Amino acid sequence: MEKHKNGFPVTHVLGFIMSLVLTFGALGVALKTSLPFTTIIWIIGSLAIIQAALQLYMFMHMNEGEDGTANTINVISGFLVAVVAVAGSIWVMSFGM
Amino acid sequence: MDINWHDLFIVGNPLILGSQIAILLSVIGIVALLTYLKRWKWLWREWLTTVDHKKIGIMYILAGVLMFFRGGVDGLMMKAQTSRPEMNFLDAQHYNEVFTTHGVIMILFAAMPLLIGIMNYVIPLQIGARDVAFPQLNALSFWLFFSGAMLFNISFVIGGSPDAGWAAYFPLAGKEFTPGIGNNYYAVAIQIAGIGTLISGINFIVTILKMRAKGMTLMKMPMFTWTSFIASVIIVSAFPIFTVALALMTLDRIFGTHFFTLSGGGMDMMWVNLFWLWGHPEVYIVVLPAFGMFSEVIATFSRKMLFGYKSMVFSVVGIALLSMLVWVHHFFTMGAGPAVNSVFSITTMMIAIPTGVKMFNWLFTMRKGRIEFSTAMLWALAFIPCFLIGGITGVMLAMSAADYQYHNTLFLVAHFHYTLIPGVVFAVFAGLYYWWPKMFGHMLNEKLGKIHFWLFTIGFNVTFMPMFFLGLDGAVRRSYTYSAESGFAPLFLVSAIGAVILALGFATFCYNIYWSARYADRNISNDPWNARTLEWATASPAPFYNFAKVPEVKTLDAFWYMKKHNEGLTLSDDEIKEIHMPSNSGLPFYMGIIFGITGFLLVFEWKLAALVAAVGIIIGLIIRSFDYNDGFHVTVDEIKETEKSWRSSDGKGVKNHVG
Ligand code: HEM
Ligand SMILES: [Cu+2]
Repeated sequence: MEKHKNGFPVTHVLGFIMSLVLTFGALGVALKTSLPFTTIIWIIGSLAIIQAALQLYMFMHMNEGEDGTANTINVISGFLVAVVAVAGSIWVMSFGM
Repeated sequence: MDINWHDLFIVGNPLILGSQIAILLSVIGIVALLTYLKRWKWLWREWLTTVDHKKIGIMYILAGVLMFFRGGVDGLMMKAQTSRPEMNFLDAQHYNEVFTTHGVIMILFAAMPLLIGIMNYVIPLQIGARDVAFPQLNALSFWLFFSGAMLFNISFVIGGSPDAGWAAYFPLAGKEFTPGIGNNYYAVAIQIAGIGTLISGINFIVTILKMRAKGMTLMKMPMFTWTSFIASVIIVSAFPIFTVALALMTLDRIFGTHFFTLSGGGMDMMWVNLFWLWGHPEVYIVVLPAFGMFSEVIATFSRKMLFGYKSMVFSVVGIALLSMLVWVHHFFTMGAGPAVNSVFSITTMMIAIPTGVKMFNWLFTMRKGRIEFSTAMLWALAFIPCFLIGGITGVMLAMSAADYQYHNTLFLVAHFHYTLIPGVVFAVFAGLYYWWPKMFGHMLNEKLGKIHFWLFTIGFNVTFMPMFFLGLDGAVRRSYTYSAESGFAPLFLVSAIGAVILALGFATFCYNIYWSARYADRNISNDPWNARTLEWATASPAPFYNFAKVPEVKTLDAFWYMKKHNEGLTLSDDEIKEIHMPSNSGLPFYMGIIFGITGFLLVFEWKLAALVAAVGIIIGLIIRSFDYNDGFHVTVDEIKETEKSWRSSDGKGVKNHVG
């Protein structure tokens, strides 16, 4: 890790602004355009994934791989929870179709 | 922003008027007492701004006991209302509010803080640490929890309580069917407390992974530390789901979106799905630390090492994994079809396997042990058969086809009380009797403890056993009354009598706290139970820096090993070094208040005002990020002084006396 500095946190501010842009972009696409439904879903889905990746790097110190195994375990468990929650919900709420 | 001011204070109900007056009087009483005793500064310095995990733990426990009282009164009110057919004590609306607040308060504001409180006090001591990893964040957790709990609690006097059940199912919980502000309290107050819990989870994971004493590998951790660690992992996995669900609920109710509404393309059952995606893991969040406490208590009072430590660890991890995969068993009757329901039936039944493993481990720990029937041990002993009943009826409910019959009856209510009360409440009592001397330097009275135990366990069984049979006879849950022709009356009456016995048990406990604080012997050693884990290696109550010298761990049950080999029990002057400790901070308390105010304004849908208040939250965050306070150092002399007060002067062993 870098030495403790009291300098300006450039990456954090940049990450924050980009997250806002991506979020409001998604909102704009969903509310203010008249694209077909599936297109909208694809666009906002992609924006969400981009933002997730962005946050992992800008805020979650993904690249500061000091402790490799811990990071791997974290990513895997986070991924599992996401799969269970998203895929599970879709499966259950579509009544097993 | 037009609010009907008449709605603000609930008027016209004598019960609520009585509570309003009681609340007002107690607030005045407390303020007057503090002023009279000149204790304001003390309160601020020692408690409100503390970052000490032990004091935070005690505040959690105190809040939990108070909330248990509140939730218990709700329970008694329901039991009074259903004690006879066609009673007129509570009307339907009031009964709805009471079971809703009872459920939320018992689980989120009583069980959770009692467990997190004990975790806070005990875990750093058990792993030989001086505090949690992020002490100030820990204080923030507490104040957010407290703020959320208080916000939720004032609902019944200001604005009206939520009334859509503790699971707040849509569409009922939505604006269309419940236009009042009661359910806003649910959405907002639980959110605030939930942020606190999530932060706690992160804090405990880091603490346990990073701050263990030298030599304590993962497989040498005490069982309570293990189960709390896994519970924290589940918190971090499951609470974000609830955070999102509650945020969507807030948007639906306050900002007019349509996530869960019937109209506008909403999906009401999606709320149910998300709620239980969090809700089922939540029951394991509360029950796992409790299992850990029973493990410590049973090992200590059987004078044996925990049987099958490794299989215990694996079954806890297994329970954690499975706990994320069973949520649909709460709504089999949605009718998601045979594939979905069968899968979730099977995963649910599979949880019984690791749980059964743990049961047998406890039994084998006791086998051939020299069992000492202390009050703490009695709770652990009673837990086993009572929880077994809860577990077996759980397997019955897990069969999705059969669940169509049990669903929404008092059979279910009896089932989950048979898991939550033995599994959590008994455990908390066991833990409190066991760790009380460590927390306060005196024991709780054992004789009163046993009266408490017998009244509570007998009362518990008499209250809830009849509810199984009522449920099988067709008595539905959440129903405020029943007819004389139904034939339910005798069992309901028995159940109500049981609730009174239960309440007497709790009253005995409260009296025990009072009695012991006044009269109990202070001449106890640091290790009154002849226990096995590190928290007993330091003074009782533990000094604020926990350990003058952090012990080195060689085996499981590290303190037992130290005692048997007479290693590391003494402290020579040259071993004492300065200790670095974190400084107090008023910021977490401030954050609790500002979150509470923002939440309150949001509940009343005064959006602009809430936005303005939210600026206060941002300010708090900014202040925190410019806070470079690195704590302070405890001098060697001060440590010497403190240690001398409980260690005997020749440096060997301890005095039989605590400061
Ligand atoms: C202390 C004694 C207790 C009594 C007398 C009691 C009594 C009751 C009663 C009568 C009901 C409602 C039954 C109905 O549907 O009409 C209920 C519901 C419930 N109780 Fe308890 N209970 C107690 C303790 C607890 C504890 C310790 C917990 C959790 C840790 C708990 C959690 C719940 C929950 C979640 C509900 C469901 C609320 C709902 O339907 O939305 N109870 N209880
Ligand atoms: Cu469940």
